[in-house]
Amino acid sequence: MRPFIIRHPSVGVFLALLALFTIFVTVMSEAYGLGFVSTSFVKTLGKTLCLGLVAISMDLVWGYCGILSLGHFAFFGLGGYMIGMWLMYARTKLIVVASLANAELPATEQEVVDAIGNQIFGVVGSSDFPLIWIFADSFVLQMALVVLVPGLLALIFGWLAFRSRVTGVYLSILTQAMTLALSVYLFQNDSGLRGNNGLSGLQNLPGADAIAQSHISIWFFWASAAMLGLCYMAAAWIVSGKFGSVIRAIRDDETRVRFLGYSVEGYKLFIFVVTAIIAGIAGALYYPQAGIINPAEIAPIASIYLAVWVAIGGRGRLYGAVIGAAFVSIVSTYFTGGQAPDINLGFYTIQWVDWWLVALGLAFVLVTLFAPKGIGGLIDLFEGRRSPDRHGADLGPDAGSLREAEAEK
Amino acid sequence: MSMLLEVSGVSVTFDGFRAINNLSFQIGDAEMRAIIGPNGAGKTTFMDIVTGKTQPDEGHVLWGPKSVSLLKMSESQIAREGVGRKFQRPTVFEDQSVFDNLLMALKNPRGAFGVLFYRLGDKDRERVRLLAEEIGLQDELSRKSGELSHGQKQWLEIGMLLAQDPKLLLIDEPAAGMSPAEREHTTEILRRAAKTRAVVVVEHDMEFVRRLDCRVTVLHEGAVLAEGSLDHVTSNQDVIDVYLGR
Ligand SMILES: Nc1ncnc2c1ncn2[C@@H]1O[C@H](COP(=O)(O)OP(=O)(O)OP(=O)(O)O)[C@@H](O)[C@H]1O
Ligand SMILES: [Mg+2]
Repeated sequence: MRPFIIRHPSVGVFLALLALFTIFVTVMSEAYGLGFVSTSFVKTLGKTLCLGLVAISMDLVWGYCGILSLGHFAFFGLGGYMIGMWLMYARTKLIVVASLANAELPATEQEVVDAIGNQIFGVVGSSDFPLIWIFADSFVLQMALVVLVPGLLALIFGWLAFRSRVTGVYLSILTQAMTLALSVYLFQNDSGLRGNNGLSGLQNLPGADAIAQSHISIWFFWASAAMLGLCYMAAAWIVSGKFGSVIRAIRDDETRVRFLGYSVEGYKLFIFVVTAIIAGIAGALYYPQAGIINPAEIAPIASIYLAVWVAIGGRGRLYGAVIGAAFVSIVSTYFTGGQAPDINLGFYTIQWVDWWLVALGLAFVLVTLFAPKGIGGLIDLFEGRRSPDRHGADLGPDAGSLREAEAEK
Repeated sequence: MSMLLEVSGVSVTFDGFRAINNLSFQIGDAEMRAIIGPNGAGKTTFMDIVTGKTQPDEGHVLWGPKSVSLLKMSESQIAREGVGRKFQRPTVFEDQSVFDNLLMALKNPRGAFGVLFYRLGDKDRERVRLLAEEIGLQDELSRKSGELSHGQKQWLEIGMLLAQDPKLLLIDEPAAGMSPAEREHTTEILRRAAKTRAVVVVEHDMEFVRRLDCRVTVLHEGAVLAEGSLDHVTSNQDVIDVYLGR
């Protein structure tokens, strides 16, 4: 059989563009090139790639499998918290050990741990390590949690929800409730994750104080690009075969799929867990570039934005999701960052900081109504590959495959 | 003769309305059976019960030589046991090609991991091609099934049913929306299928039922009114009163 990339040219095109983009940014960067792109902008671009990655997971679960999850940003945030715990612990440990080295008596193990606890939890008036930090000292175990924590939460939540056949709007509401519960919990000071302070200083890699941020930012940019490419290929492989056929069938008519003998719940659970894991990995790459994570990141609205990105980019096609996430998040940053010039209407001045959300909401409604294929649909126009434009009801057997609206012409 | 499916004493109530009333029904291994009856007689509901879509309030549904109960199984388990179903309104996956529709239905492992690592080989390609030939869609394999005519969709669904290779086929109004020639072809497919498996056909069209040339069960108000050859039931006074005489 012909190789995968040849059968699915869009994957090859996507990977090639991603590679070109990565090389271009590297060449323009301060660390390895001409210095036209600032370090903070490299971080913005790296974060955007991570948002593209979480958008792929949203597209898999919603665009392909029809589960409108409004909770995938919670998995994203959990991934960020898991890597943040290690980053904070390891770096604080280095600082503590260095400062205790000057003491007359060598510090005991317990003294070191206590001192780290004091440093990390001082802001919430505590110094003891909660149980959830038990693996924070081990890079390998904590990295495993990046995958395991979102995966397990998705497994338990999905098992309960899908087993009771909760679908549609009700499922969306449930996922929002899960997200809300998680963020409310994390806002508490005794949640063990520093309440609304969140985890900070994540841009500093432990033991890499001598390395400039300009370099670290590029490394994370590369890692984000590599992970995006890898997951894009994996996702394209998943949806291209018979598995993809089954999940799209579940999206379109899950009852019918059951009567074909497929356990719909099992498939939904599988896709829900896999996409939660992808979201967790994306978060784990995002937050070291952002430098800080706090419970506000997990707020329910973030997951709704995610759905908006995918809808605007064009759901049901992977590159659409990436385009949507990149486009909308960058444009959002522009308009909400105060850079966009105000529009003076004479009687009223439109300030984008206030009006951007309204504009985004409007764009979402317009896209949903008039361009359900989103930005990705433009590529179809370009390719001239349009699905037949069929309107009206079936005319019945005798008029062949014509439909009302076609026959009238 | 050993029974493949035995439904006994089944009743279903929807909001106080008894759609199925103490219904009993049996069918053997390689048998064709037609079910007729007025609108609302409970024909579709009967299929819903056998396929696990509706849980009856009372009664038994026993399956196969070991007489296992189907009532405790989910829809997908029942389908894997070998009960295939065609719906009254053709429901094919319109966004996918005829080939993909048939491939999805083709009898193969149904688990998520098995399907994820499934590779399409020449053998399955050939199986799909033969099925498509049988239902007259061999030239439409790469078309999206949403583009097919109503009759072609009916056939595609019958093809998907055959692809599942079930022991029992439950077919709800297969001839609706078909031209006379298409009906004839459908009769042929069904009769061929009934040589190796049990087939239950619900149909209003008497001409179609006559051509199936099989035992007929008449349902009325959720219970069996009469059973026997077509000539036998059509001469039954009760049947004439509630169904034919209208
Ligand atoms: N889910 C449901 N809830 C309430 N009533 C129902 C439900 N399903 C079926 N019924 C009722 O049960 C009765 C039997 O319906 P059923 O669809 O089985 O009839 P049918 O014999 O298939 O009729 P037709 O020939 O029109 O297809 C009808 O009166 C219908 O309104
Ligand atoms: Mg019916």
